[in-house]
Amino acid sequence: MAEGKVEFELVAPERLLLSEPVEMVVVPGEEGDFGVLYQHAPLISGVRPGVIKVYNGGKVTEQIFVSGGFAEVTPARCTVLAEQAVPVSDIDRAEADQQLRDARDDLADAKDKHERDHAERQIAVAEAMLAAASG
Amino acid sequence: MPSLKDLRVRIASVTATQKITSAMKMVAAAKLRRAQEQAEAARPYAERMERMLGSLAAASVGQAGAPALLAGSGKQEVHLLVVGTADRGLCGGFNSNIVRDSRQLIESLLEDSKTVKIICVGRKGRDQLRRQYGDMIIDTIEDVTKPRPSFEKSEAIAERITRMFEGGEFDVCTLIYAEFKSAITQIVTRQQLIPFAPAAEDEEVAEAGGGQKASYEYEPSEEEILEALLPRNLAVQIYKGILENNASEQGSRMTAMDNATRNAGDMINDLTLIYNRTRQAVITRELIEIISAKEAL
Repeated sequence: MAEGKVEFELVAPERLLLSEPVEMVVVPGEEGDFGVLYQHAPLISGVRPGVIKVYNGGKVTEQIFVSGGFAEVTPARCTVLAEQAVPVSDIDRAEADQQLRDARDDLADAKDKHERDHAERQIAVAEAMLAAASG
Repeated sequence: MPSLKDLRVRIASVTATQKITSAMKMVAAAKLRRAQEQAEAARPYAERMERMLGSLAAASVGQAGAPALLAGSGKQEVHLLVVGTADRGLCGGFNSNIVRDSRQLIESLLEDSKTVKIICVGRKGRDQLRRQYGDMIIDTIEDVTKPRPSFEKSEAIAERITRMFEGGEFDVCTLIYAEFKSAITQIVTRQQLIPFAPAAEDEEVAEAGGGQKASYEYEPSEEEILEALLPRNLAVQIYKGILENNASEQGSRMTAMDNATRNAGDMINDLTLIYNRTRQAVITRELIEIISAKEAL
């Protein structure tokens, strides 16, 4: 591994999306975005819906939308376990719009707390996705 | 000796069977490739998840207030077995191997006078277990791989198991599936899902857990992360099981159908040989009859 780089891994249940040494990666943590550089203090954090930004050579080289998950950071490694991950450039606005509408309908129809929580989460994901798509 | 017509009919029927088995083999091979890719693609996630949970668990095991999914309910009385099999047969010993292992486990649990509950994932497992343990099967989930295995379906199963656990319906949950090694080797695996048991043989986990566990920071809090991570891990492990099972099923079917095709080929050869011999014998006999008839004149 190159000195001064973080071994970054982004995994979704379906596949390993990204596994490479990067300069810095910014993860949307449960309590605010955090950047991970080499020699970061060990951390385990929840991930909220948002965009993961990968920096190389001082520039953003990759932007990936995640719908939530967990991140584990050690001094040499950063692993993000995403629930669902889509590169920002692949987000389909129309589809995200549709998801948002569906989720709102679900919320209106929700019968118990469980269904309501689920729908609210879906709305948060869809809204974050739209926000990511509009840059 | 069978008559010529009988032999012709048998050869035709074996040839037809061979066509079916070789077509099934081809289909299984195509499906296997996809299933194998999917299973292999899902492994990293499940492994990372286990590693993360392992280091978390090492820190909070034994602490009061550890989530029940991690620590268990404190009892070992009621066991829930999630038996993953295929929905279809004709795949060699695949289903039978899993069922045999489940039976062993059930028997040994019953011997220790535990209560056993079974959830079958896949029709074939239910069919084979129903006769002996029908009253223990609480549900069957079918068609998890149709149209393709999806994470959502595993999530639904996991949610159900979590709810049952929270309702105090069982104490220990074990998943049984066949791990895919190659098209000819599948290993029946028992994996304890609840309470969470980290893969102990993984040295990296031990190392990470031993060296760094104390210094991990948690955002938001350790408890909240564990609470969110544990049910998720359950879904992930079930998903992995389903994918491995799917690949194993196709691999097993491919091997079985390959054997069947080869056996049918051997059979056709044997039958053709007998057929030709019989045909020649008939001709010879007719010639002898004609010649001896002529000589007698």
